[in-house]
Amino acid sequence: MPANNSMLKYTLIRLRRNYLAVLGFVVLFVLIGSAIFAERISPFGYADQDYMMIRQPPSAQHLLGTDQFGRDVLSRLIYGSRISLQVGLIAVSISLIVGGAIGAIGGYFGGRTDSVLMRIMDVQLAIPTILLAIVISSALGPGLVNLMVAVGITSIPRFARLMRASVLSIKGMEFIEAARAMGASHMRIILLYILPNCAAPLIVQSTLSVANAILFAATLSFLGLGIQPPFPEWGGMLSDARPYIRDSAYLSIFPGLAIMITIVALNCIGDGLRDALDPKQKR
Amino acid sequence: MIIIFTILYFTPGDPAQVALGQEATPETIAAFHAKHGLDMPFPAQLGRYLYKAVFEGDLGYSYVMKSPVSMELATRVPVTIRLAFWAVVISTLIGIPLGVICAIRQYSLLDSLTTLVTLLGVSMPTFWTGILLIIAFSVHLGWLPSMGFDTVGEMVLPIVTLSGSSVAVIARTTRASMLEVIGSDYIRTARAKGQRESVVILRHALPNAMIPILTIISMQFGMLLGGSIVTEAIFSISGVGRLMLEAINMRDYPIIQGGTLFISVAFCLINLAVDILYAFIDPRIHVK
Repeated sequence: MPANNSMLKYTLIRLRRNYLAVLGFVVLFVLIGSAIFAERISPFGYADQDYMMIRQPPSAQHLLGTDQFGRDVLSRLIYGSRISLQVGLIAVSISLIVGGAIGAIGGYFGGRTDSVLMRIMDVQLAIPTILLAIVISSALGPGLVNLMVAVGITSIPRFARLMRASVLSIKGMEFIEAARAMGASHMRIILLYILPNCAAPLIVQSTLSVANAILFAATLSFLGLGIQPPFPEWGGMLSDARPYIRDSAYLSIFPGLAIMITIVALNCIGDGLRDALDPKQKR
Repeated sequence: MIIIFTILYFTPGDPAQVALGQEATPETIAAFHAKHGLDMPFPAQLGRYLYKAVFEGDLGYSYVMKSPVSMELATRVPVTIRLAFWAVVISTLIGIPLGVICAIRQYSLLDSLTTLVTLLGVSMPTFWTGILLIIAFSVHLGWLPSMGFDTVGEMVLPIVTLSGSSVAVIARTTRASMLEVIGSDYIRTARAKGQRESVVILRHALPNAMIPILTIISMQFGMLLGGSIVTEAIFSISGVGRLMLEAINMRDYPIIQGGTLFISVAFCLINLAVDILYAFIDPRIHVK
């Protein structure tokens, strides 16, 4: 499809001009790389304890110091990127698929189906997201999968509403009518004709949601509801470091820095994508 | 409410076991179940809870503290409201003027600086902000206490922590909304007729830019109520958030339900208040 290609090309060109977005992509690739090759690049294992080196400040041997069990902070941060990125991606996939389906069905069929689905979404929106995430994850219990599910559920309504709005704006167009006249099934119309046309806002929303999901996951782990030790999770590391705020402040600084850099990168990419995919919108 | 109740009902783990501790016997557990109605089937439990909550204002008894949930909430709610209220006030008072100035002086040094700082602001986890503030102001400088919420000094750090990301969000929204309004024709007209710039901005532009700003502020209120859970945990403040965290660890369901109910109702009331405010700010929006 030549039209599609040129759109991709123009999007990339516009994206490249946005230096913040480019920077975001660079940071993201570094993070993905460190998550994939954690075993190769991290100087120590994430659970290797060295009782001769407890809470040592940053040094040549341990670039970011060691924690209360003598574990290397840098290595734990590198392994932590694996967990954060996993949680971000899978949680957003959950909300994208479920929320997208709800929104598409509601918007496409309209009527009673639509109002029932949207009322359910409204009810969920009435509960602040972080609170809902806390309640769900406390109900499911700690663990990686439960954390992903809890974080994923919280942003379902956002995707449902976005999807519904895009479907409504596309549904009345003539090419949909044409597809229907040709005898395409509802499923086929939604997946093949409507979905590609609302991809842009969904992609932007997904990027920003990954940032949100990582933040939520870190918050839940910080509160002791997420991933359990010894697995390194950035929020959990911050929570572990709290008793040592006075003597070993660096233990509290580096994991937070890792979270912040990741989120800034994702936010930059999201903003950049929004501007690049939708040139009509003013900045 | 029903959602929360259902989630908690299907939660693995028996509250009786936790509340009664190690020496619980099957008999005492059964007695505990009977006392709190936990032996009833799910619809009956749900119905009983809703009936009592709606018609008698009775949210049940805490399993652990053995006192009515409504009483526990009554002592904790004012603290959380005070925290969230001041955070909203502070972030509005800083966020809106900052956004307006950035919109007027677009692409100035201050604007770029603010854009950068707000980008960092929305990306900083609340709990990390709190920890950094404690390290800087309590541990190193020793100016402010790191715990409690009774004196003015104790209130500073939690409020700053909680309002940090909201300031950033409000400033960004204000800037975007103001830029859009300033570019419109009637602002050019106002300038053309020789109106002073301050009047143009404050009387003509700002009110019309307020709708999205208000929406964001009301959304922030919900975020702040949720965020207060984290802030209260960091600064050891005994508000609703910490009550709920403790309840979650103890599987004290009536408290969790009550706390969630309070936060959700507060959130809905704020949204309602903002909807009414819209009609005052923009007469074109009618209250149906």
